[in-house]
Amino acid sequence: MTFSPALEERFAKLLTSYPPRRLRSAIVPMLLYAQDEIGCVSPELIEEVARRCEVTPLQVDEVIGYYSMLHRKPLGKYHVQVCTNIACQALGAEELYDHASRTLRLGNREVTEDGLISLEEVECMGACSWAPAIQINYDFHHFVTPERFDRLMESLRDGSYGKKAS
Amino acid sequence: MRYNDPSPLEVRVISQRFDIPNSVSIDTYLANDGYVAIKKVLGLTPEAIIEELKTSALRGRGGAGFPTGMKWSFVPRNTGKPTYIICNSDESEPGTCKDRLLMENDPHQLIEGMLIAGWTIKSNKGYIFIRGEYRYLIDIVDRAIAEAYERGYLGKNILGSGWDFDVYTHTGAGAYECGEESALLESLEGKRGVPRLKPPFPAVVGAFQSPTILNNCETFSAVPVIFRNGGAWYSSLGTPKNGGTRLVCISGHVNKPGVYELPMGFPIMRIIDEVCGGVRNGKKLKAVIPGGSSAPVLRAEECDIPYDFDSLAKAKSMAGSGGIVVLDEDTDIVAVALRTIKFYAHESCGWCIPCREGTTWLKKLLTRFHEGGGVPSDIDLIGELSANMLGRTFCALGDAAAMPTGGFITKFRGEFEEYLRKSRATTPVAELASV
Repeated sequence: MTFSPALEERFAKLLTSYPPRRLRSAIVPMLLYAQDEIGCVSPELIEEVARRCEVTPLQVDEVIGYYSMLHRKPLGKYHVQVCTNIACQALGAEELYDHASRTLRLGNREVTEDGLISLEEVECMGACSWAPAIQINYDFHHFVTPERFDRLMESLRDGSYGKKAS
Repeated sequence: MRYNDPSPLEVRVISQRFDIPNSVSIDTYLANDGYVAIKKVLGLTPEAIIEELKTSALRGRGGAGFPTGMKWSFVPRNTGKPTYIICNSDESEPGTCKDRLLMENDPHQLIEGMLIAGWTIKSNKGYIFIRGEYRYLIDIVDRAIAEAYERGYLGKNILGSGWDFDVYTHTGAGAYECGEESALLESLEGKRGVPRLKPPFPAVVGAFQSPTILNNCETFSAVPVIFRNGGAWYSSLGTPKNGGTRLVCISGHVNKPGVYELPMGFPIMRIIDEVCGGVRNGKKLKAVIPGGSSAPVLRAEECDIPYDFDSLAKAKSMAGSGGIVVLDEDTDIVAVALRTIKFYAHESCGWCIPCREGTTWLKKLLTRFHEGGGVPSDIDLIGELSANMLGRTFCALGDAAAMPTGGFITKFRGEFEEYLRKSRATTPVAELASV
């Protein structure tokens, strides 16, 4: 497999980051960075990472199920993650997740038919003091109300997301 | 940037540069006392460095509150093996959001703290383990590392000392368990993050089977100022056995939630009332979860205590990771207990049976209870199950799940009993929800 030049550069750096004969350390970072580019951890990616880290494909495969950010099937172009852990729960995150699920017509880890949006109820993401919080891909959004959530989803659909202050 | 306004009651030591424009750049850092401490430290012996750290009374900010100077002193020297400096930025204890600010606003302070640790044990490599969700921070920290190489603070022959030190970032990929130090080391080695049997502790057999200093991001970030201003100065900011300040993350039902840097020993009620403007909507305080979600809950009347490791331990809870979740009188404690155990059941790595099965049974019991299908004996059963998990697992995740669950039952038993009476009539769900 070949990746974008930026990702290849990142991989090259990763493979020199660890002590001699410890290339295996790069497995998880490589899987996550590659997943961001190709959409999921595919069987080909497992083979490729195994080759580059000089381990068997099984040694790569066995770590995937452990890490909740790694997934074998593509999620939406925009992966919407709603935290419902206790700090967010205290400020209405469970209601926010229900609102998201209802309005997007998605269950947990489901993807819209057009592949644009996927939804996930996630554990604490480190935004407790600015709850309720969501992440869209890697972007944090704090103090999210259902109204603000709707506006964010609208901006995902009309393509304006990230181009103006939300 | 900060996401909340500062409070006049704060003592800004490790957050002192947060409000300076472009605080991430090495020029800002150098113009504001940056990389001064490492120059001093390069002239000190390991013994003198560790002594100064002990004087500072700095204790680990990740949760356990272990004295940092002592931790560093456990690393054996001259074993012939390489040694490593590992920063735990896997911040994932629910209620905690401080390491994020330290890396976002002052990455060079963290790098300098790791440099000091590196020089102490003559290590040549350091890794910053950052949780996968914090991708933007990996970019910020990578840029800071590159700047430090350009200016000679990392790399070969640092400041003419003849000593080499490299620092790399390493990403996690979504696993609370990797915040536990031995699980973090497994993950760093490219494996599933299951904990190791201890002893040996990471100080002796840590990263890549070698002696390792492993500290939380906030702990490393506090090190430079200790060597700039002296251990005695740092210690005097806090209480005798709890030196310095810490970033306290307040969330939940207060008017001004946020992350504030406060002296160790600052009273919890003053944090709620004065720093955070009191409980919101004029409600009464019901409970406080004082040190991340694994800390046993305190009832409102128990909260009149100083916020430090020893005072919280005396109150049979813990200051943990510095995350305080404030709950008002309308809070449904059963719902909080259920959400808490759902988290631990999800995050249990499955390595130890008491944790894997215990968290799942507790989740089933509390789910049934919450849905209205509980029976009176459930309350004691939940308490008994929690008690049987304590101390019976490789790592602290089993305890982290059992302690708060037992705490909710002990402290709010009346509410569980009341819940049972009220909810059975309306939602008679008799069967366990599947998991």
